[in-house]
Amino acid sequence: MGTTASQLGKDLLSEYQELTFLTKQEILLAHKRFSECLSKEDKNLPTPRVPMEKVLSLPELKSNPFRKRICHVFSTSDMKDGSLTFEDFLDLLSAFSDSATLEIKSHYAFRIFDFDDDGTLDSGDLEKLVNCLTGETDDTRLTPEEMRQLISNILEESDIDKDGTVNLSEFQHVISRSPDFVSSFKRLFCEVYK
Amino acid sequence: MPRKSDVAAKIEDVGIEIDGDVSDSEDDTSRRRGNRRPAAGRGGARGRGKKPADEDDEDEEEEEAPRTRRGANKKKASKSRDIDDESEDDAPKRRRGGAANKKKGGKAQDSEEDSEEEKGNKRNKKGAAGKKGKEEETKDNKKKGDAKGKGKGKEKEDEKDKKKKKKKESSSDTDSNADSEEESMSEGEMERLKEEVEEKKKVIAIMRNKPWRMKRRLVYLKECQEFVDKFEGALGKGKGRKFYAYKVMMMKKWIKFQRDFENFKTTCIPWERKIKEVESHFGSSVASYFIFLRWMYGMNMVLFGLTFGLVVIPEVLMGLPYGSIPRKTVPRAEQPTAQDYSVLMDFNGYCKYSVLFYGYYNNQRTIGLLKFRLPLSYLMVGVGTFGYSLMVVIRTMAKNADVGGGDGDDGEFTFAWKMFTSWDYLIGNAETADNKYASITTSFKESIVDEQENQKDENIHLRRFLRVLANFMIICCLGGSGYLIFFVVKRSQEFANRNDLSWYEKNELELIMSLLGLVCPPLFETIAELEEYHPRIALKWQLGRIFALFLGNLYTFLFALFDEVNNKLDEEVSIRNASIWALKEYYANFTLHNNDTDVTPPPMDPSDVIRGPCWETAVGIEFVKLTVSDIQVTYLTILIGDFARAVIVRFLNYCWCWDLEATYPSYGEFDISGNVLGLVFNQGMIWMGAFYAPGLVGINVLRLLSSMYYQCWAVMATNVPHERVFKASKSNNFYMGLLLLILFLSLLPVVYTIMTLPPSFDCGPFSGKAKMFDVIMETIDLDLPAFLGTLMGYAANPGLIIPAVLLMVLAIYYLNSVSEAYQHANAELKKKMQMARDEEKNRRNNTESTDQVMKDLEDLLPNRSLLPPAPPPETGADNKADQGGKSTKVRPGTAGKDVNLQKDVSLSSPNPNTRGAALTDDLKSALRSDLKDVVLALLMTPDQFDAHQLRQATKV
Repeated sequence: MGTTASQLGKDLLSEYQELTFLTKQEILLAHKRFSECLSKEDKNLPTPRVPMEKVLSLPELKSNPFRKRICHVFSTSDMKDGSLTFEDFLDLLSAFSDSATLEIKSHYAFRIFDFDDDGTLDSGDLEKLVNCLTGETDDTRLTPEEMRQLISNILEESDIDKDGTVNLSEFQHVISRSPDFVSSFKRLFCEVYK
Repeated sequence: MPRKSDVAAKIEDVGIEIDGDVSDSEDDTSRRRGNRRPAAGRGGARGRGKKPADEDDEDEEEEEAPRTRRGANKKKASKSRDIDDESEDDAPKRRRGGAANKKKGGKAQDSEEDSEEEKGNKRNKKGAAGKKGKEEETKDNKKKGDAKGKGKGKEKEDEKDKKKKKKKESSSDTDSNADSEEESMSEGEMERLKEEVEEKKKVIAIMRNKPWRMKRRLVYLKECQEFVDKFEGALGKGKGRKFYAYKVMMMKKWIKFQRDFENFKTTCIPWERKIKEVESHFGSSVASYFIFLRWMYGMNMVLFGLTFGLVVIPEVLMGLPYGSIPRKTVPRAEQPTAQDYSVLMDFNGYCKYSVLFYGYYNNQRTIGLLKFRLPLSYLMVGVGTFGYSLMVVIRTMAKNADVGGGDGDDGEFTFAWKMFTSWDYLIGNAETADNKYASITTSFKESIVDEQENQKDENIHLRRFLRVLANFMIICCLGGSGYLIFFVVKRSQEFANRNDLSWYEKNELELIMSLLGLVCPPLFETIAELEEYHPRIALKWQLGRIFALFLGNLYTFLFALFDEVNNKLDEEVSIRNASIWALKEYYANFTLHNNDTDVTPPPMDPSDVIRGPCWETAVGIEFVKLTVSDIQVTYLTILIGDFARAVIVRFLNYCWCWDLEATYPSYGEFDISGNVLGLVFNQGMIWMGAFYAPGLVGINVLRLLSSMYYQCWAVMATNVPHERVFKASKSNNFYMGLLLLILFLSLLPVVYTIMTLPPSFDCGPFSGKAKMFDVIMETIDLDLPAFLGTLMGYAANPGLIIPAVLLMVLAIYYLNSVSEAYQHANAELKKKMQMARDEEKNRRNNTESTDQVMKDLEDLLPNRSLLPPAPPPETGADNKADQGGKSTKVRPGTAGKDVNLQKDVSLSSPNPNTRGAALTDDLKSALRSDLKDVVLALLMTPDQFDAHQLRQATKV
């Protein structure tokens, strides 16, 4: 614990606190968690990255259907491999923390749901989203007919400008009216130990 | 000469000095003013350039606004200021440079400054020497301005003077140097700087709300902070400066403290990690129980503090010790068994005559050296317990309602919400996740089916019938259990007169109540299966039903208790006489034996005095017993029902003929409703019993503490996630509502006893008074000044109380009607918003179509020779779709006339020779001049176009 604190540095820590919705303890815990995920040779790099596989195998993300998307959205890697630096990791935690605002949560939720990264949720994205939500097994999957119906219903509700896709502002409009989005879109996973 | 005196007085005040100059040379100022505008523009441009290039538009706007304001400031202050145009441009830079100079220290700069002063003019353009450079510039300006004017020589002298002084200053010490620099800042500049600093601070504060990358935020934050750090100290002037710097420093400290405090607070929240762990395994609904438990613990800690701090501990420290008076002594008849385990477990013997119960407290008005008014404090704490609980419950409810604020009830976005918000990101357990997948799929399918066939008549009838049937059965159950308890209570009253009772007969009432509490909830759950509600709604029904059951039990118990209390009160009258008689007899005997009337007899041994029944202690004991038995039953249920079951299922599974884990009996689910209700009723018991048994609060705190660890362990070790995982976002207030109801219901009997029943004559803090609240009257009479007493007397007058009550009723009525009006307005607004949204939709479709077509044309026309244009059928299809109205690809939303025109365009384009060649040519030529107008003319009806042109004309 002491080593992590000294590794981070006081100024950096306070800056991280300023920039995220996390408290000091949470940042320290996150750092500890993060360093645990690093392999030995990575630790010497100036900005070490945790590969996506490592992040995905964290117990908190293991059963999340959006885990790959989450990694991709928060990764700053140039290779698009979903690897995370510590700062990316903090971004991730901050967005999912209890006190993050609706605005930031909905922004990241939108980017997570936007599977092809084109800035809108089209029917392809929505289909993938439904498949993620209903799981991998066949008995929980929807039939193509149901899927079509569902997607057209969703578009009818939330696609205000009728361009066949849901864009960010439409998405935020829908989300902001929802009573339980903020409470569900959180996960402080540096808190959970195995 | 103002100029001269100025110069002589202070060089730092360049601005004022220049004022004199300005009055001398009017043309100079005008020139300056003229230059200022472009300078401001440049400044803006530079400011933008300074920022990271990839900044959001929003930010630029934010920055722009203050900048223009600053520009205005500049103009206003132009007379009182003398800053060159260039210096304005890069003022921040300069200031940075200046600050850097400051740090370097004056002495090191000495030589540098000398040389700089010689260079003079050149420095102007470099603009890197900070304030001093500016001052130099000032002088240059002055030179120019005064070139034709008078007093050239004087000016030069002044300059020399200045230089000398400056040298002195800079060599003297760093501080004065810095001072002069800062104070040379004039009002407007200061303001500008202040604004800039404020702005940066604001940016820092909202930085975390920006969905940027961390790296970018870090860089930007550093930049801002550097800026703020540098210039914050430089603000303020004269004597105010130090104060300002101090203020800034304190501000920083305060912010840091706040953050630390926040950190500290989060560390202080107990069991956060435990709850998160449970949350990740079982979803938020199970966790909501634990959060509720933690909340209860917090509230009970406060109650505990009140009771122990103000009643129990003063009594222990300052009150009479055990054995000094009859109420603090075990009677002689009970003494042999007073330490038996079974007696102590029944809270008799030493327990009964301890500080835990009402009877132990003495009715001395003040105790100890501090003259602590224990009886008054006792009553106040009793009332305060209820007051505090009510306040906390209501405040929490209001807070919860506020958080829930979103208008979740209008079913606009059912599908979208299901889609976007149904995943519980807290789930970190594979099994729970699987259950969640299944439940999401079901809910999708259900809603699709609902949408497809909105009503199934026969199904609804069947369902209604089933629901009615279920409710009927449950009411039967409730009635049955009520009768059973009534019967048992009657029987126990019969038993009360007999002594040859078996263990069962003694504990019949508690046993039956616990059994009912065990059997009925699962029964209700089974019956509720008939109703097929959504689990969240089903949970509420279940809670309500169990609540009714428990409430019935509790109130039956209370009535039985009241019967007992009344019996005891009757008994008391005779005992009172008997005890007085006994005392007299004792004294008579004493004088008879000693034959000496002068000697005062020693007081009777406290254990021999005949006691009254002390109904308050009896009530307290009942509640403590009930609470303890409740704890035992709960813990045993968990141990047997969950743990033993889990162990059996786990280990017998190896040698059993069917799969115990997958089929019957499998592992238990966590029973949210039962646990929550158990907690709520337990709390009700505490509220009711706390007045008669102050120790009960302590017992309850222990119970909640142990229960937190025990249940957390049990749920993680032995339970499986619910089959249908659901979120419990809104149940919290429901729990609170139950708690409030119970609080109110437990308030009633306590207040009734305090207000109407006479306290026992020989035990408790109120003994000897007609009513318990007489202690307040006594305090008013004896301790407060007389006029307050009369005031109170007036206040208690019905003539005042009735109007007060009336006023309150009126206030409630008024507030109620106001809130209704708000609700109405809210509904209206919602309707309006809906309408606006529809309108927006329509309008957007229209504009979209024009834009789209325009774009198409734009794309199309220049390349027409190369590429085949858009085929006309598409347009037709689009139009059709538009008329259909419900396609995802709605484009042109125009009237029939326009459609024809449009068709003309698109049709004419492929073969200009045959059709509408002239039109196309016109179009082509016009496109070069004004594409938009032509297209608009084509798309709009003539009237619309006229209106449009009019509008355009008026706009210009």
